[in-house]
Amino acid sequence: MAFISVFDVIGPNMVGPSSSHTAGAASIALLTKKMIGEKVRRIKFTLYGSFAKTYKGHGTDRALVGGILGFETDDERIRDSFELAEAAGLDFSFECADTDDDDIHPNTVDMEVEGFSGRKLFVRGESLGGGKVMLTRINGVKVAFTGEFHALIVIQRDYPGVVASITTVLSSYGVNIAYLRVFREEKGGLAYTIVESDEAISEVAVEEIKKNTAIEDIMLVKR
Amino acid sequence: MDFYTAEELLKLSENMSIADIMRQREIVCGETDAETVELRMKKALKIMRDSAHKPISKVLPSTGGLIGGEAAKLSEHARHGKSICGSVMTKALIYSQAVPEVNASMGVIVAAPTAGSSGVVPAVLLALEEEFELDEKTLLDGLFTAGAVGYLLMKHASVSGAEAGCQAEVGSASAMAAAMAVVMMGGTAEQAFDAASIALSNLLGLVCDPIAGLVEAPCQSRNAVGAANALTCAEMALSGIKAVVPFTEMMQAMYRVGCKLPSELRETALGGCAVTPTGCAHNCRIFGGCN
Repeated sequence: MAFISVFDVIGPNMVGPSSSHTAGAASIALLTKKMIGEKVRRIKFTLYGSFAKTYKGHGTDRALVGGILGFETDDERIRDSFELAEAAGLDFSFECADTDDDDIHPNTVDMEVEGFSGRKLFVRGESLGGGKVMLTRINGVKVAFTGEFHALIVIQRDYPGVVASITTVLSSYGVNIAYLRVFREEKGGLAYTIVESDEAISEVAVEEIKKNTAIEDIMLVKR
Repeated sequence: MDFYTAEELLKLSENMSIADIMRQREIVCGETDAETVELRMKKALKIMRDSAHKPISKVLPSTGGLIGGEAAKLSEHARHGKSICGSVMTKALIYSQAVPEVNASMGVIVAAPTAGSSGVVPAVLLALEEEFELDEKTLLDGLFTAGAVGYLLMKHASVSGAEAGCQAEVGSASAMAAAMAVVMMGGTAEQAFDAASIALSNLLGLVCDPIAGLVEAPCQSRNAVGAANALTCAEMALSGIKAVVPFTEMMQAMYRVGCKLPSELRETALGGCAVTPTGCAHNCRIFGGCN
């Protein structure tokens, strides 16, 4: 088991009422907001399982919208996120999925996001309890991403040598890689390389990595 | 500077307080520094203080509408000299009800160890502070001590209602608060674990059965029991009463009981208070349609 901090016990500091249904929901949405890396114009949330059944009583909806507005889990503005979304020009909607699919975690949300630049992103997030979360899909691809570290998400064509070029650049910038995993749907299609590190990764390093022509896009996610 | 069991912690505590061991562990294993650790705990203390006081003067409506105004009622009752519980216990009761009110109204709380049990530790902490005029250092030491007990419970048992019932949430919070109270009042590390063990044993088997699945009722009033139980067990340990079953064994017993609880009684809202006719009626009112 990973290190249990005293602040995992006396904490997290959070807007109530539920670590899984409120704090976890806000974390999933905040992570998504960091991934798209710009102000969000439109978002559609699809809720599954317990999220779909009980979201109103747990403020899951307000927490999700708050996260997309960039609020941390202990930001009291979450309570007023609907009103603040309107002021920020964020158009949001909710749908409840009617599914008995056992493969879907009971606290799951899908997010179809569009930024003000027109950039689009699809993310599926799961709230695992105690405020811990996992993103399990980015666009069409199954992934596993917690946002507990600084991270780079590199979208690339699945050619040989791309991962090596990423690690070469990162090592030249003194970034110590904690975890590196590659996710892809099919051989030769698009692959997602998720690099997690203890140190923040600089924009300059990101620009350097982008020089590899097999790379389509990079999302820099600060912890 | 890490420890894995209560026995190891007690051995270490011959040379250092539980609180300082927990601080050192955080600095070394959490790869941070003393100042950051102290600042983070001070922030938690401030949030606890704010959330324990706010609902006394301002009633906060909960999202489900099952609770709200309990802290103000208890406070008013005490103000008129009608309290039957004595000063420390009355203060603890008020705060134990206040924090869950803040939580249920989407205010900011410290999960300690969970949101559902967030009233227990601050209630005991702040009641003792006021009654005995304790300084900030004593409060922070108390919180690190509570953290040490909670860490052991997280590592070897569970603090999740979905996994092991309310005994794992309010029971764990109560054990943490009991140990904290002992240390704050000058007791020994052994006495802290005696108090924690008795506290855990007293709430063994407590089920998690939230009405409408919301963190409101019976969660809120169980926080009162968790706080009262903590003070009771701390008093027993400080008087020299030993726990018959050591903390480590009690923690394992709690987890085994939790695993034996049917899923209906582990936060699914399919048993206990949740399925009483009144519980079901609340569910229909809040979410529409009856399950």
